[in-house]
Amino acid sequence: MLSWLPENVSSYGAEIDRLFYVIYYVTGATFFAVQITLLVFIFRYRHREGRRATYTHGNTALEIAWTIAPAILLVILAFVSRNVWADIKQRVPPSDVHVGVTGKQFNWEVAYPGLDGKLGTADDVTMDNDVHVPVGKVVRLTLSSRDVIHSFFVPNLRFKQDTLPGHNIAAWFKATKPGKYEIPCAELCGFGHSGMKGWLHVHTTEEYDAWVRENRAGPIGGGSGS
Amino acid sequence: MSEAVTHAGARHAEAGHHEVGFIRHYVFSTDHKMIGKQFLTLGLFNLLIGGLLALLVRWEIAWPETPVPGFGWVPEPTMYEGVIPPETYNSFFTMHATIMIFFAVMPILVGCFGNFLIPLMIGTRDMAFPVLNMLSFWVGAVAGVIMLASFFVTGGAAAAGWTSYAPLSSVPVYSGVDWGQNLWCISLIVLGISSLMGSINYITTVINMRAPGLTWFRLPLTIWALFVTAVLLLLSLPVLTSGLGMLLFDRMAGTSFFLPSGGGEPLLWQHLFWFFGHPEVYILILPAMGIASDVLSVFARKPIFGYHAMAFSIIGIAFLSWVVWGHHMFQSGMNPALGTAFMISTMVIAVPSAIKTFNWLGTLWGGNIQLTVPMLNALAFVSMFVIGGLSGIYMASTPVDIFIHDTYYIVAHIHYVVFGGSIFGVFAGIYYWFPKMFGRMMNERLGKLHFWLSFVAFNCTFFPMHLIGVAGHMRRIYNPLQYEFLVPLQHWNRFMTISAIVLGFSQLILFFNFFWSMFAGERAPKNPWHANTLEWEAPSPPPHGNFPGPVPTVYRGPYEYSSPLVAEDYLPQARRLEPRAAGAN
Repeated sequence: MLSWLPENVSSYGAEIDRLFYVIYYVTGATFFAVQITLLVFIFRYRHREGRRATYTHGNTALEIAWTIAPAILLVILAFVSRNVWADIKQRVPPSDVHVGVTGKQFNWEVAYPGLDGKLGTADDVTMDNDVHVPVGKVVRLTLSSRDVIHSFFVPNLRFKQDTLPGHNIAAWFKATKPGKYEIPCAELCGFGHSGMKGWLHVHTTEEYDAWVRENRAGPIGGGSGS
Repeated sequence: MSEAVTHAGARHAEAGHHEVGFIRHYVFSTDHKMIGKQFLTLGLFNLLIGGLLALLVRWEIAWPETPVPGFGWVPEPTMYEGVIPPETYNSFFTMHATIMIFFAVMPILVGCFGNFLIPLMIGTRDMAFPVLNMLSFWVGAVAGVIMLASFFVTGGAAAAGWTSYAPLSSVPVYSGVDWGQNLWCISLIVLGISSLMGSINYITTVINMRAPGLTWFRLPLTIWALFVTAVLLLLSLPVLTSGLGMLLFDRMAGTSFFLPSGGGEPLLWQHLFWFFGHPEVYILILPAMGIASDVLSVFARKPIFGYHAMAFSIIGIAFLSWVVWGHHMFQSGMNPALGTAFMISTMVIAVPSAIKTFNWLGTLWGGNIQLTVPMLNALAFVSMFVIGGLSGIYMASTPVDIFIHDTYYIVAHIHYVVFGGSIFGVFAGIYYWFPKMFGRMMNERLGKLHFWLSFVAFNCTFFPMHLIGVAGHMRRIYNPLQYEFLVPLQHWNRFMTISAIVLGFSQLILFFNFFWSMFAGERAPKNPWHANTLEWEAPSPPPHGNFPGPVPTVYRGPYEYSSPLVAEDYLPQARRLEPRAAGAN
């Protein structure tokens, strides 16, 4: 199942994948243990004339053991997950690149700070569906929506965040490999939901600088207010 | 129980034997058994409708924008010469889930089994409030008619998903659906009234009308599960109803509960919906767990392993189900700190489910297992529920959920729980209690054919959804070929659709077996499975008033199989043993 994951190109994606692997091995082992036990019992204790089933109502020690074992395992899992979660969603690192993404039926409206380096001012550069970012830099996103709920999903970044009308949600990522990655909308947003998508262009530093010059967007290090 | 009460009961049974007309017997019946069968009919009918919608949805995903064979007659704008447009596609998956959850699985598990089994298994003659019971069914049927009518209004049926997230659902221009969504709200409000009447009835009946000697910890686990389910329904439905009322006001009266431009909050809908919605998931699975427990014990010819732990884990799941709703909202924009809290509560709720699974295995250990059709389905329930439970751990982990949220992984998970779990539980229950319901046995050979086809086709349909979900395939999309990264997965979509078609057609075997056996099946004896619980003390099918003569008296728990006290391998709850033998118990 692990080989089905799309290529990871974000700094924290590896952490998510590692947790995924841990859960995969733990649940995989449980799956085989339970299913094989089930099959063995069905075969071994199949009906035979004249045989009588063992008369027992349970075994307290055994029951306590199989209550405590999964409880401990699951609580550990929760605490390991907690840190990764906080790093991704709660601690937005400082950043020089700031992009605003606003969902609208059925496009991603992408805004870059203009020459003043600030998002949300008159000279912002906006375009639909293309997000250009430099590789290896923390990119700060401000996510919102004009109408219904959308969800900004970049499978390769292991990034997903719903965008809500009336909310500006801060999020971040750091892409580790240049390339072009699809950005589907992951939350049902109406009849045009399917096909609502954009592209994330992760550029090398030189390419990105050239793109910035060409599009009159704010320079790197222009102080995006973060 | 005093002599006088027993006599009163016997008189009631005789008084209840008067002949009633066709309408009172089959239509406006107050007999819990007939109401149970009415719920079963309603549920099976909607299972067909919901299944058909599922196949149309699957067709569209596998062969996008191509005509569905045999559907060229559907008028525009629902379909265009058999081609499903995106608006209709959204309606179809919305209505598939709505119909399956509210009008197929709930009516069968809660409505049919609750009504049919509670009075019989607790040894009483009817529900506490028979007229309320009749109303519960007919109000539910009206809700069903309203829901199905929504297909025929301008703009089509609701298309905002069964979760109906606002503002897509609350502003008509956003979804393009007008009266369809209004009727969706109205139908579910009406259905909520039906369920409230039912749940009050179940709770009252179980608390007050148990047979003499039937203490709480002598109740079969099916009754425990149905009782706790009724409590969950009673407490969760008002929350959904209030949410639906607000949604309807937003749509029709110009309020802005969920619209930020008017000062509202879109997340409020999600909180209300999932506060109901998560207990709802357990409403769908708990009765199936109860049924599987009973069936496993009967056909393993062994007492259920850890009866008290089983009963307490049902209660534990019910309590915890109130504090996990936020795990549906990790990526919703809810405060991430809350996500952590909900992750921990979600991990905790997996523990009682694990206890149940291990106890089911313990029940099989050392048994004398008869692989009858109900048993095969109950074993499939355990096996598939394990997959559904384990796959839930991935999304409980907040960071992993970032990736798999809103993908087919979630679709796989819910179908392993609701089809692999609830529906195999429904199958087990139908095959097991059919003899009691209709006085005839179902055909064993057809039952096995239906089971194996369903089991294999089910896994071929839903297991690959885990894989394409891990590959990032989003749910609820009309045409996967619009995404470059999904194009290589398309052959899997076709494989799943073909499997789904096999799965759908396999159910026709069940329908045939069901109706054929009802008239032509072998006559069922009173206790064909040699089971212990009280319903098997009544004739098959039980007469009005259930038990000819006094109601049974209970001497022991429901799972005394292979007890050393008797020569046979079962010891019914109502059989009185000689005092010397009973003392050894």
